[in-house]
Amino acid sequence: MTNDIWIIATAALVAASCALVGVFLILRRQALIGDAISHSVLLGIVLAYIITDSRALPIMLGGAVIIGLLTAWLSDSLHRVGKLQSDASIGIIFTLFFAIGIILISLYAGQIDLDQSCVLYGEIAFIPFDTLYIGNLDTGSGFDIGPRAFWGIGIVFMIVLSSIIISFNRLKTIAFHPSLALSLGINVIFWHYFLMTLVSMTTVASFEAVGAILVVALLVIPASSAYLVARSLKAMLWMAVGYSQLAVLIGYALAFWLDSSISASIAVSAGLLLFVTIAWQKVQSKRKVLQSIESA
Amino acid sequence: MDAFNLLETPSVWSNWLAFWSFEDINVLWVLMGSILLGMSASVIGGFAFLRKRSLVGDALAHAALPGVMMAFLLFQSRDPLVMFLGAVTSSFIGFYLIDWLPKNTKIKADAALAITLSFFFALGLMLLSYIQGLEVDNKSGLDKILFGQAAAMTQKDIKLLGYVALFVLSCVVLFFQKFRLIAFSATYARTIGIAVNRYELLLALLIVMSVVVGLQLVGVVLMAAVLLTPVAAARFWSNQLSHILIIAAALGALSAIISTQISYLAPAMPTGPWMVVSLSALFFLSLLFAPEKGLLKRYTEHNKLRKRVAEENVLRTLYKLLERKDFQHKTFNIADIQALRSMPLEHLQATLKQLCKKALITSSTAGFEMTTTGFGLAEQLTRRHRLWENYLTEHAELTPQQVHQHAERIEHILTPSQELQLQAELTNSQSDPHGNLIPNANSASQGDSK
Repeated sequence: MTNDIWIIATAALVAASCALVGVFLILRRQALIGDAISHSVLLGIVLAYIITDSRALPIMLGGAVIIGLLTAWLSDSLHRVGKLQSDASIGIIFTLFFAIGIILISLYAGQIDLDQSCVLYGEIAFIPFDTLYIGNLDTGSGFDIGPRAFWGIGIVFMIVLSSIIISFNRLKTIAFHPSLALSLGINVIFWHYFLMTLVSMTTVASFEAVGAILVVALLVIPASSAYLVARSLKAMLWMAVGYSQLAVLIGYALAFWLDSSISASIAVSAGLLLFVTIAWQKVQSKRKVLQSIESA
Repeated sequence: MDAFNLLETPSVWSNWLAFWSFEDINVLWVLMGSILLGMSASVIGGFAFLRKRSLVGDALAHAALPGVMMAFLLFQSRDPLVMFLGAVTSSFIGFYLIDWLPKNTKIKADAALAITLSFFFALGLMLLSYIQGLEVDNKSGLDKILFGQAAAMTQKDIKLLGYVALFVLSCVVLFFQKFRLIAFSATYARTIGIAVNRYELLLALLIVMSVVVGLQLVGVVLMAAVLLTPVAAARFWSNQLSHILIIAAALGALSAIISTQISYLAPAMPTGPWMVVSLSALFFLSLLFAPEKGLLKRYTEHNKLRKRVAEENVLRTLYKLLERKDFQHKTFNIADIQALRSMPLEHLQATLKQLCKKALITSSTAGFEMTTTGFGLAEQLTRRHRLWENYLTEHAELTPQQVHQHAERIEHILTPSQELQLQAELTNSQSDPHGNLIPNANSASQGDSK
């Protein structure tokens, strides 16, 4: 039972961090770069692991942030220097990084406890077995403080939340009026890479739980649902988090019922919530049209 | 150490020999299949690229996954055709959704792509994990389509792949004119009576089919690169669509050969990533060294132009100095030139040296003097400069103060025929707005013929 609680708590934190970051990706129309970073972060994790032989959170975060920023920068330069469409340059870079990541995993298969399916699914069901502890468990003086992944995503969630609270006004201007922000003297490029850093950190902390590709679902889908309904940035942030939490609960139930992968089920239920929202909006607007015809 | 080498080297070598001698007939099949796939995916990806939908292949490949799983669940069989039809169906639904979302909701095109991609993929993974929990036969190997494994393909798979790839290629060849027209200007195509919607549907179907058929070889996750990277690389080689597509097909085939080989030499290696890596390597080589639009070529051309402009500027400065002395005093030193044109000293010296080498000026202890050829060129440049200044004041209603900057840039690129045209349009081709005489055409055309 405690295991279930840890799993749900971790998934909830993952979903909430992704939703918060995703809101800005949707508003800045950079959903695809989010997709790209979540793929290429794999290379960062694998490289960090091969080089340092450690799975400590700061190292993983560092590797992922470096590769994430590199992805954003390289796709941007390829777009400018090579005169390619921006989505094409994004596609070329992230597929290359992801491919190298997969090759490295197969090369060092014996030494890395990452395998190809973990990259895709994540292993949220096994999270409770990899715990952190304070002190020394063997002598009885230490005690268990919960799963490693939980604390990892917890820290990242705090970072994301506090950066949004602190720089709320800046982010708002940049999200809605990039050109106004530029004329006000706000360093748009800095904030762009700041956002990319947040995306990379969220992705890497979520990686273990939900895998590389389902992160995209959590980044984009709840934020899009909120985008359809919300009328202000604050409302959109709250709603995105709301949608993501609902998706976690429904998804967990779905996984329990079908005995399917928890992370995939969460992503699927996020998608279903989006489609329900769209359908509901369509019905509403049709009803409004009918009402206006009747009253006229 | 030597003994170790002797043991090690032949094994890879003999593996490689075994690959190319086609001892195993399956190798030949897989090789042919992957070459065909590489070609058809690159060619069809070219059209997606032109429509500015480069990443649509990514979304479609992901969208195929639930179809494969559903087909397996419904029919309990791993027949390639059943899988193929399931994948095509769900991929097509994905294609439709990508189109529908931005048209009918506030959601933007890029978000629609990401939503479709991740939702369908999640659905596919959910079904896959559900299947793996079931008690059914031959479910193992379903997950191979995530990353692709050429070695695991059966002859039936490859036959299907071959048919589809050939079908796609022949469709492209057959309807090339129409596809090209639609890709560049759908509105024009519609006005001349082409059924654009029908062809777009066919194109979408072809894209979906080549994506789906490649899944077993390249895998869901990286299929996007096979559609996108070859054409992006070929873009640097040519400006003509037919050439671009042929080059893209060649690059696709080449990377297919490389990756199939690796997949055989090291069976644990997934094929897809190697195909992507070899494609990317080809892409970066093209980006740097392609003869038409590669970076190296662009850089050298840019440099050449800069040098020419600098030389021509110095020549014109010498002409102006000459004019001030009423063509009497012909030798000027560096200080004279710098007084009229601000240029870093080193740069100026290098340019002067270059001019000497080309025998446009001669250098002596007293300074520099233009040769006859150099004088002709300088006269021609000055003439173009001043004609343009006149043209701007007469026809663009700019004041004499505004025109110099424009003329300074255009003098280097005007052609002789444009020069004649300018002269014909001007009422005054004797002197420029600043009151300087425009050198006459006779001597200018002399300079031209050199």
